[in-house]
Amino acid sequence: MKKKAPWPYVLFWILISFLTLFPIYWLFVISVTPSFELFSTPSVILRHVDWQNYTEVIGNPTLRGYMMNSLLISSGNAILTTTFGFFACYALSRFNLSGKESIFFWTITNRMAPPAVFLLPLFLLLTKVYRIEGFTLLDTRIGMILVYCTFNLPFAIWTLRPTVDGIPKELDEAAFVDGASPWKVITEVVFPLCRPGLAVTLILTWVFAWNEYLLAATLTNFNARTLTTGLSEYVTTTGTAWGIMAAISIFTLIPALIVFSVVQRHIVAGLTFGAVKG
Amino acid sequence: MKSNTFGWILLAPTIVVLFFFGVLPFLYVVYVSFHQWNPFAANPNMIYNAAGNFRQIVFDSAFLASLGVTVAFVFFAVLTEVVVGYVLAQAFMSDFPGKAFFRTIHTLPLIIAPIIVGSIWKLMTTPSIGIIPHLLQSSVGFDLNIGQSAAAAFIITITMDIWHWTPLVTLTLIAALVSLPPDPFEQAQIDGAGKWQIFWHITLPMIAPAVMATVFIRLMDALRIVDEVLMLTGGGPGSATRYIGVHIFREVFPRTNYGYGSAISVVVLYLTIVVCWLLYTGMLAPRKPRKG
Repeated sequence: MKKKAPWPYVLFWILISFLTLFPIYWLFVISVTPSFELFSTPSVILRHVDWQNYTEVIGNPTLRGYMMNSLLISSGNAILTTTFGFFACYALSRFNLSGKESIFFWTITNRMAPPAVFLLPLFLLLTKVYRIEGFTLLDTRIGMILVYCTFNLPFAIWTLRPTVDGIPKELDEAAFVDGASPWKVITEVVFPLCRPGLAVTLILTWVFAWNEYLLAATLTNFNARTLTTGLSEYVTTTGTAWGIMAAISIFTLIPALIVFSVVQRHIVAGLTFGAVKG
Repeated sequence: MKSNTFGWILLAPTIVVLFFFGVLPFLYVVYVSFHQWNPFAANPNMIYNAAGNFRQIVFDSAFLASLGVTVAFVFFAVLTEVVVGYVLAQAFMSDFPGKAFFRTIHTLPLIIAPIIVGSIWKLMTTPSIGIIPHLLQSSVGFDLNIGQSAAAAFIITITMDIWHWTPLVTLTLIAALVSLPPDPFEQAQIDGAGKWQIFWHITLPMIAPAVMATVFIRLMDALRIVDEVLMLTGGGPGSATRYIGVHIFREVFPRTNYGYGSAISVVVLYLTIVVCWLLYTGMLAPRKPRKG
């Protein structure tokens, strides 16, 4: 094919990048604009930077609690799903279990259903059925960790399967010959070799749990409220605290951005369930 | 040799968790959907109602309106994303400086939480705060008000979805374009084929499976959109952007009419399965190589 001049492409992509980045920049602009200046003529250029909204968010004990909940729930869920997913993949990969391919496919069907459909049944089950005496899973961190498994555990299994399948079986067998127990084989032979795949899975499941809103909004009230639901509390019919809302959004955005820079290449494969390699 | 028991033990946590939080909710919602159940009604117990709830759905104008706007939203959003995504993917095919950098920036919206995307676009479009209404007002004198104009709210939700998800389409199509063999293109150029001829007769048939897979993934995601719209418009003005997930969250869930709410959930789930199955068999299954 003939060579084309690169500069039109560069200009084109500068324009596209501007369209991509500007809304995020605007979020930042609102978050550092003091409230009395908000309703004057919107300006693209920052007049001055005011961190008051950020200090207000950090100084608010309720929001700090939500942030802690978000952190604990997404970390707990990421560790749980990655561990369970790893065990499940090892079982599917190394054992001759009857109907294992059906089980493998069944796991993904749990993720395909629209989450809105499960709001009501999960709410009813958590309040009325899954209860021991007075204790229910509603509005508890452990409850949210388990509920998030419905979409993260299938994801973990589907992304880890190729990793575990890729570890040669001869390594396991050699360890068995040397007299290692099955548990030792998993933890000391297979686990170290799967570390890169496990890390990507851990990070992406963490982000999915951190970003979740709908289930958290319906299945928590206060004790296990997450940052994303806290954000929606600042958008009310009587008036929205725009600056605070922007600042909370930035706080929710930062971990995802850090993660983005680490696993950027794996994101597309993750979002398309491995149908396309990024 | 290892016994299979250990394999089942390893699989057990996954099966147990998915059973209690995936399968049981599904069975439970189907069970409740055949009952009348409102804990705050005169009779707070579950009463068997046969298909009564489902009969009610057929005449539920709010539900049917919600289905209608959902279909319109999904159609316009996914169509635009695929066309724009293809153009952008083609623009990535030649070499130019800073390619990796631009690609990284373009991927950025994918990782942002849907609710944050909603809040970003709310700040962009709310009159007197947002930059878009301000620019439209001062340049062409158009008054954009997503709180009042149904059309404006509808278009802004589509714009938001395009901003959020076009990168996914671009990146999947780049992966498809990169893997194409160069020979047919060189041959076509030697034979004197024009740009459009090459696109219609060579590129499009060759990347069709990838395009279909992308459309399938995007359709499934677009059908379940909730968070962004809830944040941006709350389903309004009126019910202009009350897409099906938003409808369940705002209208069905807050009412304590559990029986009817379950029936709606079942119908939505059923429709989603049917749509996905139709798409899957119609678009993905005939992945045979075309005869040239």
